[in-house]
Amino acid sequence: MSSSPKPATQSNTSPWSREPLLKVKDLRAYFFMDEGTVKAVDGVSFEVFPGKVVGIVGESGCGKSVTMKAVLQILEPSARIVSGKVTLRSRFNSLDPNSPEELVELTRLHPNSRKIRKIRGSEIALIPQEPMAAFSPVHTVGDQIMETILLHQDVSKQQARQIAIDVFRSVGISMPEQRIDAYSWELSGGLRQRAIIAMALSCNPRLLIADEPTTAIDVTTQAQILKLLRKLQEERQTSIIFITHDLGVIAQMADEVVVMYLGMVMEKGPVHTIFKAAKHPYTQALLRSIPSVQSTPRLKLPTISGSIAHPFNRPTGCPFHPRCAHFMRGVCDGSQPALAPVAEDHYVSCFLYSSETMSPVEVKTPAAPSTENSQ
Amino acid sequence: MDRVEPNRTPSENAALPKPAVEQIPTPASEELLTAGKDEERISIASNWTLVWWRFRKNKLAVVSTVILLFLMLIVLIPEFFATVDPEQTDARLAFIPVQGIHWLDNGQLKPWVPGVAGKRDPVTLKMIWTTDETQKIYVRFFAPGFSYKLLGLIETDRHLVGAVDAEQADLVYLLGTDRLGRDQWSRLAYATRISMTIGMVSVILSVVLGLLLGGISGYFGGWPDLIIQRLIELLQSLPTIPIWLALTAALPRTWSPEKVFFAITIILALRGWTTLAREVRGRFLSLREEDFVLAAELSGASQARIILVHMIPTFTSHIIATSTLAIPVMIVTETSLSFLGLGMRPPAISWGVLLQEAQNIQTLALAPWLLIPGLVVIIAVLIFNLVGDGLRDAADPYGN
Amino acid sequence: MSVGIQDPEKQTRSAAQRPLLEVRGLKKYFPIHKGMMRKVVNYVRAVDDVSFFVREGETLGLVGESGCGKTTVSRCILRALAPTGGEILFREADDKVTDLSPLDRRGLRRFRKQMQMIFQDPFGSLNPRQTIFEIVSEPLYVNGLRSRADRTDQAAELLKLVGLRPEYMQRYPHAFSGGQRQRIGIARALALHPRLVVADEPVSALDVSVQAQVLNLLLDLQEKLHLTYLFVAHDLSVVKHISDRVCVMYVGKVVEMAATKELFQAPRHPYTAALMMAVPVPDPDQRDVIQDLPGEVASPANPPSGCYFHPRCQFAKDVCRSQTPELREISPDHFVSCHRAEELQLAGIKVNKEH
Repeated sequence: MSSSPKPATQSNTSPWSREPLLKVKDLRAYFFMDEGTVKAVDGVSFEVFPGKVVGIVGESGCGKSVTMKAVLQILEPSARIVSGKVTLRSRFNSLDPNSPEELVELTRLHPNSRKIRKIRGSEIALIPQEPMAAFSPVHTVGDQIMETILLHQDVSKQQARQIAIDVFRSVGISMPEQRIDAYSWELSGGLRQRAIIAMALSCNPRLLIADEPTTAIDVTTQAQILKLLRKLQEERQTSIIFITHDLGVIAQMADEVVVMYLGMVMEKGPVHTIFKAAKHPYTQALLRSIPSVQSTPRLKLPTISGSIAHPFNRPTGCPFHPRCAHFMRGVCDGSQPALAPVAEDHYVSCFLYSSETMSPVEVKTPAAPSTENSQ
Repeated sequence: MDRVEPNRTPSENAALPKPAVEQIPTPASEELLTAGKDEERISIASNWTLVWWRFRKNKLAVVSTVILLFLMLIVLIPEFFATVDPEQTDARLAFIPVQGIHWLDNGQLKPWVPGVAGKRDPVTLKMIWTTDETQKIYVRFFAPGFSYKLLGLIETDRHLVGAVDAEQADLVYLLGTDRLGRDQWSRLAYATRISMTIGMVSVILSVVLGLLLGGISGYFGGWPDLIIQRLIELLQSLPTIPIWLALTAALPRTWSPEKVFFAITIILALRGWTTLAREVRGRFLSLREEDFVLAAELSGASQARIILVHMIPTFTSHIIATSTLAIPVMIVTETSLSFLGLGMRPPAISWGVLLQEAQNIQTLALAPWLLIPGLVVIIAVLIFNLVGDGLRDAADPYGN
Repeated sequence: MSVGIQDPEKQTRSAAQRPLLEVRGLKKYFPIHKGMMRKVVNYVRAVDDVSFFVREGETLGLVGESGCGKTTVSRCILRALAPTGGEILFREADDKVTDLSPLDRRGLRRFRKQMQMIFQDPFGSLNPRQTIFEIVSEPLYVNGLRSRADRTDQAAELLKLVGLRPEYMQRYPHAFSGGQRQRIGIARALALHPRLVVADEPVSALDVSVQAQVLNLLLDLQEKLHLTYLFVAHDLSVVKHISDRVCVMYVGKVVEMAATKELFQAPRHPYTAALMMAVPVPDPDQRDVIQDLPGEVASPANPPSGCYFHPRCQFAKDVCRSQTPELREISPDHFVSCHRAEELQLAGIKVNKEH
């Protein structure tokens, strides 16, 4: 019951020791609204192995946050997982590193089921985007962390408080005994962010999902938080899914990168490959168009023409084709390309490299008539 | 959905087909968010158009609006809807029950109402006048009746419903009569005009006061804000019912109905403006910080222009929705006051005045149809609320 | 401190080098009220003795973290706020220099045409009830151009200038994406042909792929229309891309000001160096280059004594705790406010020739 456990010894008895910790396969989540259907996530696949950091990068409308909400089954009422599978290597006893495991299909679980509530918080924890909005203003931060601890661990209130204090200390909050009784609005931005991370770590999850954790804070504070996350990740061998639009942060934190655009994965692979040898036109264009502190000042940047399509009006076929410099008429606007390997561990979904296509999915919309053609 | 092929500027390393549509050379090709036919409509749709589209989807609100329009028609031309002069009394014809329209006469579509006949009561030897189904008075639409001036301008004598035979015009009592023999249906039409108008005019007055004072409070801040806010708090802390009772009781008995009408609307408005003023103040306070308001200031726009062109239009739909919801409150207030004898008084006719007749149990036992004005009040309040709710939901972009 | 117009050394420079805008000792304090009688108990020193200048035709980047006062400075310059103290000197086309800080609404009227602002939030900077035509032609209408035909022509020109099709004039803002709305905001800012454009974080709210478009547009327009930019941002990489010179602020004060290349390659203030080190570089081969700075950003309501940065500075000495440093020119056109500027050897950012 210590708050910073040693990393789990690779259990030889576990039949899934080579399986990824989290596996997302062909996930599709659609929003059903009066005005039409929004295919927010349309065939996303990736894997997270134990102890690795996966960076999911994309701009607005790419579906990165919706993907995470689908994994945790915390989607809005108007959204539904339409198809696909999400599997987690779940421990029977989440606190025991040597506990036997089972493969749990998260997509099969009901959003309110006991099983998924057991997983949330103790096996998968979320660091949300807005630290201010994540804390209740009428409870102390200590109370909220202890609530999580008491939910998942069989300890007394005194013990929970001590665990909370220890976790605060491990994330670098000075004077944790006093700070634990503070309200979230009494803490500065950086401290609040650390408190959120502490809350996420309080039950030693094996997987941490960080949804734009540094977007709302200053660059110097961001550097501190990134360093902290790296340190914690190495100490506890936690896997992290790092969602951001900042390519600089991805380069610093991720082992693997997943590039998303309008609900689909455009490219995925190891971080060095993506940054040095990206194959997808979108990734290449994105990398070229971002300003960097190391580049020459006042040089015009190469841009991606056009703008991101409106979610209600997604282009047919490859979602990037209206803006793509390598657009092939008749090919790219016909069917959606599927993720295909171009090298070991490096996958691209582009007709320049493979002619594999994604098979469309028949969707029964619940109420409103669908205004999108089924492809 | 048809999709128009978007235009692209050819980039450096692509061999793209030339775009079919002539393009203005631009530094970076920009496409609209959406290019479909539908979206064209949406992009040039003003806020009011969008509000209307959203409102249309609310079937209940749309139906209520239709009924409301019908009521407004009655407000405009109550004389047309009346069958008999509402002031006309006839002691013999007291407490005649609801005649109702019988649509079929021997299987044929020939609407008629039962006539009124007198019968001598064997016990008291008094003449009792009541409906007699054997006597048929045929009625038709757009029948001649008492003459009046349509909208105060055009002389005419047509009414919505009336007897075929002009001689029998005075015998059509669709909703019965009261203790003085006055036709309830006609009186109800006239009452609708007075009650609805009081409701709407007092709300309009409140809106004007609320906008003005709330706007000064929110836009200028400082001392005006402090004074107006304290005034609002003072007015809101006064208990409404005693104040209304006192004010209306203080109106001299000798005043003409028109004077009383104006006085009532003013009294109702004096209390109603405070809530709106607070909301308007809040809106102004938050709008002052908006970038587009600052942009207008930096261009050199005058304060008047900023308030009228930039600030107020952003919440006009909200004001209209809130006002619509305030009207039923005013209507019920006036009805209640008049019911207690403190608001509109006879010979003026309003729903409350009509309901005064239904005040004692004896009358109710004899003539329950005198409560029909209460039903009309309920319907009016209901439809105003439904329309107001529909407007508010349609005007609120964050409802979804 | 004498910087800019009155400096005799500067007078020998060519006319094109003369400052269009000079800010001297600018102060803006916001009172903090407490209690029922709203007594003033303290001040938030949002801008605390800030001085800098912007030459005609150049871009000065104003950079700093939250609470440094850069937004407040930009609002004071445009006189959306009245400064608590200091001077805002603006040079007009006929070389006349006027101090804007004491002017009232009427006095400011003729300056409104010469300086305009581009806002950060593409969704809040356009009136949702107005068409694009009305938004872009509003400055024209307000300044006397009443003829609808003339305004339509000019609005069409402005929209073309920023890369939008004039046919879209009758549409409402809700039909446009964030990047397009920013262009509309830029068109509006240019309607009166201003000489100075203050851009308050114009690309922070935009997607990464759109940022480059808008930055390129701003560079184009500057060349075409001979504009002068004051570019306020918190993102160092964006600032580096667009600025000729950069001014770094911390808790209401200027800590360093220099030409862009020099500032990035050889910063002279520990805070500037720390900022550079904290920016994550989009290159996975350059990990562990990030240095983090201990402590939190100081509060402008309760700043530390002496140099505001001293509690977080690894080079702090006693003098730093007791005396507030002055902004001084330690090499041509390079200003620093640090007691130890001459001694310190700070690491900068090497320019990567591949980019």
